[in-house]
Amino acid sequence: MNPAFNTPRRFGLWPGLIVALLLAVLIVGTLTAVGSASRPFSVAVTLFDPYFLQVVQFTVWQATLSTLISVILAIPVARAYARRPAFIGRGILITLMGLPVVMPVIVAVFGIVAVYGRSGLLNTVLKPAGLTLPLEIYGLTGILLAHTFFNLPLAVRLILPAWDQVTAENWRTASTLGMSSGQLFRFVEWPAISAFLPGVVVIVFLLCFTSFAVVLTLGGGPSATTIEVAIYQALRFEFDPGQAAILALTQLVLCVCSALLLIRWLRVLTPTPGRRNDPAIRPDTAARSGKLLDFSAILVCSVFVFAPIAALVLSGLRGPLVSVILDIGLWQAAARSLGIAVTATSLAGVMAFGLATTARFLTLERRKHQAKELMLLIGSMTLAFPPMVIGTGLFLIALRIDLVGSITLLMIATVNAVMVLPYLLRSISPGLISSGQQYQKLCAQLGLRGWQRFRRVDWPMIRRPAAFALALGGALSFGDMGVAALFDTTGHITLPVMLYHRMSAYRFDEAAVTALVLALMCVALFWLVDRGLSR
Amino acid sequence: MTCFRLLAALGAGLLTMIGLPTSAATPTLTVYTYASFVSDWGPGPLIEPAFEAHCGCDLKFVGVEDGAALLGRLKLEGSRSSADVILGLDTSLVTEAQQTGLLEPHDLNLGAIDFALSWSDPVFIPYDFGYFGFVYDSEKLANPPTSLRALVNQPQGPRIIIQDPRTSTPGLGLLLWVRKIFGDNDMSAWAALSPRIVTVTKGWSEAYGLFLEGEAPMVLSYTTSPAYHRHVEQTDQYRVAMFEEGHYQQVEVAARLAHSAQPELAKDFLRFLLSDEVQAILPTSNWMLPAVHTEQALPEAFRDDELPRTSLSFEPSEVSTERRHWIKRWLTTLAR
Amino acid sequence: MTFLKIDNLQFCLGDWQLQVCLQAKRGDCIALIGPSGAGKSTLLSLIAGFEQPDNGRIFVQEQRIDSLAPAARPVTMMFQENNLFNHLTLYQNIALGCHPGLKLTNDDCKLIEEALKATQLSSLRSRKPADVSGGERQRAALARCLCQKRPLLLLDEPFTGLDPRLRTEMHDLVDALRKNHGLTVIVVSHLPQEVARIADTLAFMHNGKIQEHGPTDETLAKPQSAELNEYLRFTGTG
Repeated sequence: MNPAFNTPRRFGLWPGLIVALLLAVLIVGTLTAVGSASRPFSVAVTLFDPYFLQVVQFTVWQATLSTLISVILAIPVARAYARRPAFIGRGILITLMGLPVVMPVIVAVFGIVAVYGRSGLLNTVLKPAGLTLPLEIYGLTGILLAHTFFNLPLAVRLILPAWDQVTAENWRTASTLGMSSGQLFRFVEWPAISAFLPGVVVIVFLLCFTSFAVVLTLGGGPSATTIEVAIYQALRFEFDPGQAAILALTQLVLCVCSALLLIRWLRVLTPTPGRRNDPAIRPDTAARSGKLLDFSAILVCSVFVFAPIAALVLSGLRGPLVSVILDIGLWQAAARSLGIAVTATSLAGVMAFGLATTARFLTLERRKHQAKELMLLIGSMTLAFPPMVIGTGLFLIALRIDLVGSITLLMIATVNAVMVLPYLLRSISPGLISSGQQYQKLCAQLGLRGWQRFRRVDWPMIRRPAAFALALGGALSFGDMGVAALFDTTGHITLPVMLYHRMSAYRFDEAAVTALVLALMCVALFWLVDRGLSR
Repeated sequence: MTCFRLLAALGAGLLTMIGLPTSAATPTLTVYTYASFVSDWGPGPLIEPAFEAHCGCDLKFVGVEDGAALLGRLKLEGSRSSADVILGLDTSLVTEAQQTGLLEPHDLNLGAIDFALSWSDPVFIPYDFGYFGFVYDSEKLANPPTSLRALVNQPQGPRIIIQDPRTSTPGLGLLLWVRKIFGDNDMSAWAALSPRIVTVTKGWSEAYGLFLEGEAPMVLSYTTSPAYHRHVEQTDQYRVAMFEEGHYQQVEVAARLAHSAQPELAKDFLRFLLSDEVQAILPTSNWMLPAVHTEQALPEAFRDDELPRTSLSFEPSEVSTERRHWIKRWLTTLAR
Repeated sequence: MTFLKIDNLQFCLGDWQLQVCLQAKRGDCIALIGPSGAGKSTLLSLIAGFEQPDNGRIFVQEQRIDSLAPAARPVTMMFQENNLFNHLTLYQNIALGCHPGLKLTNDDCKLIEEALKATQLSSLRSRKPADVSGGERQRAALARCLCQKRPLLLLDEPFTGLDPRLRTEMHDLVDALRKNHGLTVIVVSHLPQEVARIADTLAFMHNGKIQEHGPTDETLAKPQSAELNEYLRFTGTG
């Protein structure tokens, strides 16, 4: 091997290693801090308690079902969007597909209840006819419904780029061969989709696995409890951080195993450098039945997603709009949330890039594909690690160093950054790796490195998925309620916390308006970043 | 996005987060309480200027998520805590709070105070109290059950939304209430009630919000909830079902911390909590009943017939020892 | 009988315009040469049905085909790369030529065997495209074209990425297949001297128009137009 090729390359290992180390320290450190604040307990008693086993079983079961439903239903919708690349409003619809997952969960759940609940829109419409909706929203059904609401649109957006992987020649060959729509899917589209599926399935599964507010509100009762809920209870009501730590570790282990299993089981093809999907050359776009199918899928999906959101908007508009909007405190809270979101996303962006660069280095130059997968997994694992444990741990550590108070918002941003990291990482790593595959030798030859390489070569390749992930991360952080509630934000609350305060003070109508403002700002932020960066 | 724009964004983000330092000249009293106490709509913002005028000091509230989290936070912080006063625990948590060894007797002479409830604890002082009760929508339910037994034993009775006793104070309150009335038959009571439980939520807000959206005609809340709707929204639509056996009582307390740097100020604050000034604020800001009888009558919205004649409660020590066991019984019945 | 007749085919792309008249007899092999941007690939796309002409008609065996879908035209096309589906074996890729859903009859299987033999891929039938060389991939694409049993074969610079010896072999293979199966072939290439070996006639395209079209040797030896002259000089043929 040419030595000149080797020496400067060792630096490629550092960024990812540093970030991975920081993450490991964070997780281990917080586990230790939390664990050491505990009283003695028995691991075996906790883990083999029959109720706990039931909890684990339920967690896995609802996560599996939710993932299956969301991803399987997402495929025809994504296909519909791919087949119809130029209809009015397509861009807006696709951007808004990212909405449900960034809305504060409790706000979205209220929207879902407003549509599907016992006194919801659907039941109200059916009542005069003497019918009721055949589903009872409180229980597994409700959980699956809510999870599908959050994850189906996300999956659609994450799978859609798969069609960019199909080459023009493939379409043309298929059209010469006279392939039907079904055959097209089988031979041309499915291989491209299946390259994207592992990443999508892992993220959706982890999201559903660690689901919290949805399960607690729509679960219907303690038979629907997830591990995350158990951790919350251990930390808050049992005052048993040690047990929380053990539960968090169990969740982490289970998630890692599931993720590894999923990745192994689903065929993983390295995506080839993507071209823009040129739809005019698909042979099956003209068929009327195809058009009907596609637009039905898009319509049904859109209605499913926007109905709860519309319900929220309506209930917000019915509230005391003027008094809430004129309250300067609202906008101060919003500004704080924005500040946190920007910081968190920037931090996450830097970390994700570090990890992805090293992953690329490992796989392209050292041919250590397993190591690359490991690196990506480490980055994704924070999805499985409860933010409340990280938050508590950070708080304890800060306590020891006597730093509490002025850096509360910074700590919130850090925890948010770590939560957002997996999305960012999963979005930019395929693009970064294919950019490397295509241009590695060229860059080496031209001496194109570091910032220049990023700006000229890598960024254009990862721009679109990165824009989405950054927008997602920013909006998630903006609308986050859980992490902010862990820290003392008296006097400088964020917008979601203000929402919660209003709800706790009986002011549900004002809360509805606040929720509307929050949702609108989430959308606006998401839109600006997503559209702005992908131009 | 150029390098500079990224840095600018990061910088701007950081700037909005650095708080401005406060002056260190006046003594500071730090009070830990639950978040909704210090929200813009709670008593905190009204008490703060009043006390600061009274003591010439700086009162700093620290809002932690909720009452139970308050105790958790105290345990986490231990003796390193900067808290001088802890405000917002309820009676089901007092034994555990005392067991931490972090609290100090209040040293106040309570004999002269005209309490609205019987009280004689050397460590804790009550500042307000309330009763749990099932609030119902009078437009949906014309004849609510008149006793807990009636609610439980009516198979065609109204559907209810309740909270989880493991994560919510009202939830725990209902658990204790059922235990008090049914004793060892609590499991069969829960089994009878179970089909009519629409959902069990994490906290009070979610449950009450779902109730207001019409998901069930009854929700577990406080007997003072209808007062809010009458006083602020001018509507009598929401009422509370008064049960013959009585209602379970919740008393909210405050106490000093042993390692406080300002023991005299803390004592002063506790005394201030019992003053007319604060007690008059509490009904319409915390929506609970004041612990001390004041000269001012309660606002009209608080009706006399919504004050339970019988007050039920367990000894805090009993709650502390039996709580986990009783919750397990609840879990076993409902988690099938 | 004229096998292929292109009658005043017109196609506009912004300022650039294509205008072509072309005829071929059955079994002919036409070499289509010219500089980049001349419109060679566009012409092939129009014949195959991937683009729609603005004007003009295309006849194959006296039948008008310019309004038919690509699958309905008696035309099959091979590209420079990405001819095969990466997740199917070579056998399956070739079999797609018989039936797009891979439902094969006995006759189909026999046909595939013959195609495999003709392109010398019998031993590689179970390999995936990623596991064989570029030349073998293009041979598989050719085999699939055979299975489709269509009389007109279009080749869009299919051998450009291969080494010279391989290119010669592939051109010979195309020639052999053409003669054995009676195919009419239009092949686009950047290397006139190589493709001239197997082509009966040579057509030179420039700026969207066929400037010269005649028997290969004559056209190469005595170019009529200045552009062709220059082009041949650059490619080292003149």
